[in-house]
Amino acid sequence: MEAATSFWATPLGWTLITVGGILLVTVGILISLAFLLLADRKVWAGVQLRKGPNVVGPFGLLQSFADFFKFVLKEIVIPAGSDKVVFILAPLISFVLAFVAWAAIPFAPGWVIADLNVGILYILAISSLGVYGIIMGGWASNSKYPFLGALRSAAQMVSYEVSMGLILITVILMSGSMNLTKIVTDQAGFFWNWNVFGGGAGTWPLIVIMLPITIVFFISALAETNRPPFDLPEAESELVAGYQVEYSSTPYLLFMIGEYANIVFMCAMLTLMFTGGWNPGFLSEDFMASLPAFVAYTIYLLTFIVKTVFWFFMIALVKAFVPRYRYDQLMRLGWKIFLPFSLVAVIAVAAWRVFAVGA
Amino acid sequence: MLQGLAFYILATIAVVSGLLVVTARSPVHSVLWLILTFFSAAGLFVLLGAEFLAMLLVVVYVGAVAVLFLFVVMMLDVDFVRLREGYARYLPLAGIVAIILLAEMIMVSLAVVQGGAASAALAPAALPEGVSNTQSIGRVLYTDYIYFFQAAGIVLLVAMIGAIVLTLRKRDGVLRQDLAAQANRRRVDAVEIKSATTGAGVKPEELL
Repeated sequence: MEAATSFWATPLGWTLITVGGILLVTVGILISLAFLLLADRKVWAGVQLRKGPNVVGPFGLLQSFADFFKFVLKEIVIPAGSDKVVFILAPLISFVLAFVAWAAIPFAPGWVIADLNVGILYILAISSLGVYGIIMGGWASNSKYPFLGALRSAAQMVSYEVSMGLILITVILMSGSMNLTKIVTDQAGFFWNWNVFGGGAGTWPLIVIMLPITIVFFISALAETNRPPFDLPEAESELVAGYQVEYSSTPYLLFMIGEYANIVFMCAMLTLMFTGGWNPGFLSEDFMASLPAFVAYTIYLLTFIVKTVFWFFMIALVKAFVPRYRYDQLMRLGWKIFLPFSLVAVIAVAAWRVFAVGA
Repeated sequence: MLQGLAFYILATIAVVSGLLVVTARSPVHSVLWLILTFFSAAGLFVLLGAEFLAMLLVVVYVGAVAVLFLFVVMMLDVDFVRLREGYARYLPLAGIVAIILLAEMIMVSLAVVQGGAASAALAPAALPEGVSNTQSIGRVLYTDYIYFFQAAGIVLLVAMIGAIVLTLRKRDGVLRQDLAAQANRRRVDAVEIKSATTGAGVKPEELL
């Protein structure tokens, strides 16, 4: 045992365990994405009283894998007038960035690849880079519709990032830390400790701010990930499919996987920031501590997954319910409503922390 | 050892991509190399233990400023042949400026080495336990340097208002979206149902 612990402390052991963790998280997310994609289509079909994909495998469970092979086996078409290097680079950047962000996400206590001090800032930084995949793809295609789609998308993502950043500041103010693990442990215990409900007994009046702020974050997440009703970059009735018109085969697949990984990532963010992360919410901390470690960690992990899937279900429902926004409405919502609203929320939470709770 | 390796890799990427910013043929490629330079600089900050500054560099420069650069460069069709016309004419002047800059940089680095600033004795003090560099930057910025911080904010605000004023122009005859009017529109205001005889058809002027 002694030898084993010292091996994991050496650079080689550390590298091995980190690479193992990265592989585990990446593969886990990729497999979950396959089924979440199917769930998205099933929910959409259910709202429209259709059956959805139900041919490949039982209940259509293998549909995503069939799609995967279809994409991979097709020929890659690179337009003649395109900038070839940038054209290939763009989907790779989208794909890689969508997965790099997961490094800071804690799935259960301590189950995180990189427990960063500046976790939230890291996530903001990575998600602000996501726009490059889209702009580069749109520009490199050297075609009108992709370029228009890329411009729309860039403006949209930059606009909603501002209000998202301010909303995250309210969460930072609640916990006094940018470390995601700290933010989740602060919401431990029962569900009224969650940030969405004001974050505990001492700060319950903040529910007046935190509940609407959670909804604003949810809507911003829709806009940030280009989901309907804010899917203007790929509005198929206006722009065919936006920045990805010229893409086919595997590069298109990478764009699509990246997009869905971002959506699920936003669901994980909603879980961690507002709805208590891995904390079940109906079991006390003492009870969780009394359980054997493997049972407790199973509960933690399952709670995290259930909450993330719940938020994904909400996002899938929005796609089925809400008609697409007009571009000026989108910009108005982002700059004239969400931005002042979240700014007021930051000031209110900060004032509460200073004057009501005490320094 | 690993840190040293990471430093040399990041520094090499930063220098090479910085060079490519200047030499790249397409302006869009220049901006993309510039983004890589920013990114490696952020990596160097992380190696120094300044993770807050590193993330800020990525959020502000890569996430916002470079996106605007890319936007402008993509929209403007920059004609590089015309830009390069004066290359030979300006080369002597540019060479003089470059030589002066090089001499200054050598002088500064000599001064640093002789003053002992590069020695380990003057390395930045380690942070006290439990204080992250986010907290220490915040404390310094909002207490000791609050007036400078506010002044910088006001300068930015003035610049922003100035840009808006310069580009603001009022034009007549422009249709604008009035969301309140659109949302308040009711069916009775917009639609009127008139019965038409079957088979006879309707002329537009009869409907009015």
